[in-house]
Amino acid sequence: MNNRLRWRKFISNFMLTMTGVCAVVSVSVLFFILGYLVFHGGTSISWNFFTKLPAPVGETGGGMANAIVGSAKLLLLASLFGVPIGFFGAIYLAEFSNSTIAFVVRYAADLLNGVPSIVIGIFAYSLVVLPFKHFSTLAGGFALGLMMIPITLRSTEDFLRAVPNALREGAMALGASKWKTIATIIVPAAYRGILTAVLLAFARVAGETAPLLFTAFGNRFWSSGLGQPTASLPVMIFTYAIAPYEDWHRQAWAAGLVLLGLILVINIVARAILSRGITVSRS
Amino acid sequence: MGSRSFLSRLREGDEIARMITFLFAASVVLITLLLVLELWQGSVLPRHKFGFNFFRTSVWDPIFEQFGALPFIYGTLVTAGVSLLIAVPLGIGAAIFLAELAPARVSDTLEFFIDLLAAVPSVIYGLLGVFIVVPLMRQYLQPALKHSLGFLPFFQGPAYGVGFLTAGIVLAIMVIPYIISVSREVLLSVPRDQREAALALGSTRWEATWKVVVPFARTGIFGSIFLALARALGETMAVTMVIGNTPTISASLFSPGYSIAAVIANEFTEATGDLYLQSLIELGLVLFILTFILNGLARLLIVATSQKGSGMGHA
Repeated sequence: MNNRLRWRKFISNFMLTMTGVCAVVSVSVLFFILGYLVFHGGTSISWNFFTKLPAPVGETGGGMANAIVGSAKLLLLASLFGVPIGFFGAIYLAEFSNSTIAFVVRYAADLLNGVPSIVIGIFAYSLVVLPFKHFSTLAGGFALGLMMIPITLRSTEDFLRAVPNALREGAMALGASKWKTIATIIVPAAYRGILTAVLLAFARVAGETAPLLFTAFGNRFWSSGLGQPTASLPVMIFTYAIAPYEDWHRQAWAAGLVLLGLILVINIVARAILSRGITVSRS
Repeated sequence: MGSRSFLSRLREGDEIARMITFLFAASVVLITLLLVLELWQGSVLPRHKFGFNFFRTSVWDPIFEQFGALPFIYGTLVTAGVSLLIAVPLGIGAAIFLAELAPARVSDTLEFFIDLLAAVPSVIYGLLGVFIVVPLMRQYLQPALKHSLGFLPFFQGPAYGVGFLTAGIVLAIMVIPYIISVSREVLLSVPRDQREAALALGSTRWEATWKVVVPFARTGIFGSIFLALARALGETMAVTMVIGNTPTISASLFSPGYSIAAVIANEFTEATGDLYLQSLIELGLVLFILTFILNGLARLLIVATSQKGSGMGHA
């Protein structure tokens, strides 16, 4: 009996230790990734990386200035397209809608959220690239914007719903119309949450590569306006990493460091905004 | 409210605000419907020409316009399967640690890192896959596996570095964060009395966890696994960079292969001819349907578990 108890205790301690090992292994991956990127990327990054165009194939040097600007343009377009749909859609769901319509919209958003990013690329291709007959910044921005919609919509709705009803009733009791209540009371009360949602959606699409492959395509030169194909950081990382040139590999590491740094910083800022001073009491 | 006429509400702007926001909400549904429609109509030619043979044949020949998707489907399923074999035990183990053992502060800090890990873009995993994992596989892991388990059909053939196993390992690293966060949530929603009852009856901490808490959360944990599977099936960039991009069906996990998402990524811009392009779109449709089903199942299971937890809590 005593032996059996000892055995059970040993098993308990052993298995619990193993779960700790699992946790440590899983989390340490993050630090491996960061470490490798800082190590390889840090040694390859230079001023040229931010200011020069890619060098012609076979020559060393050059940078990714066009890809950085391209990514910025794509993300700006995506936000202009995705955030309003998500934001106003969420206002409808949280403040106006009946439960049937809300269910349908939420279901559609969840479905869209689960669509693999490469399929989003196909959709943007057939909707924007085919009619214009060429790859463009516009198509890439559209694809990324599509991916921002469900994330923005679902979290914004959650945060709007978390605003206590007393606030709504108070404003209405003072005679404010519904839209005035929403614009001046409810949205300001939930703004931290909404900002976090938008930032997380932004960070999520900032690293997306697959939907850009056949929408924004790629470009070794500057791309003017919105109608031309454009380079972007994620696609550059992909093409440079699988190319056979040593110098391109270095630049892929540098681009990876810049991209990951940007995404992690946005993530951390977003979470900090949410956790500092919670203005919304969750009732 | 009811006594006010439609006109007075219109004047105050409520109806206008309602209509405008409705348009935005409706556009989400429209976009989703349009996506399904585009995929369906965009793949009309191969669906009519090949029918079900599209999924049964393995010749992928753009020149003679023969398209069979079997190697891609096989590669997608095998890599996703390998990734789950690795990610499920690791992820659930870590989730148990975070939910049951770690103090709240440690658990929240680790969860924060896990969330950051989930935010790392796929192309970065691909980059590390190409330059770190592939050489490691070629030089150390594959020879070691061949040496020790080479009698199994899974670990035979030359060690290229790239292939099903490598893609599976990279995928595993990518989906572990999803399994951990969702399983942790689900485990935390298990009512306290369940644990306490088990401990009071004399079970050890591990027995209480493994025989009472985990079974209680089982459906939700399965949900997290389905979610991870859906991610793994649709994952494109990292897989494309390490799977080897050769349409083969081989029992050996060392063999280079191809996945649905990878073939779309590689060949879509080069597809000449409608049948070729539409065959790729049909592959996209297959991927869409697979992830649609898995995500739906996952959501059902996760919701069912958290409701069970809150229901018990109130009782």
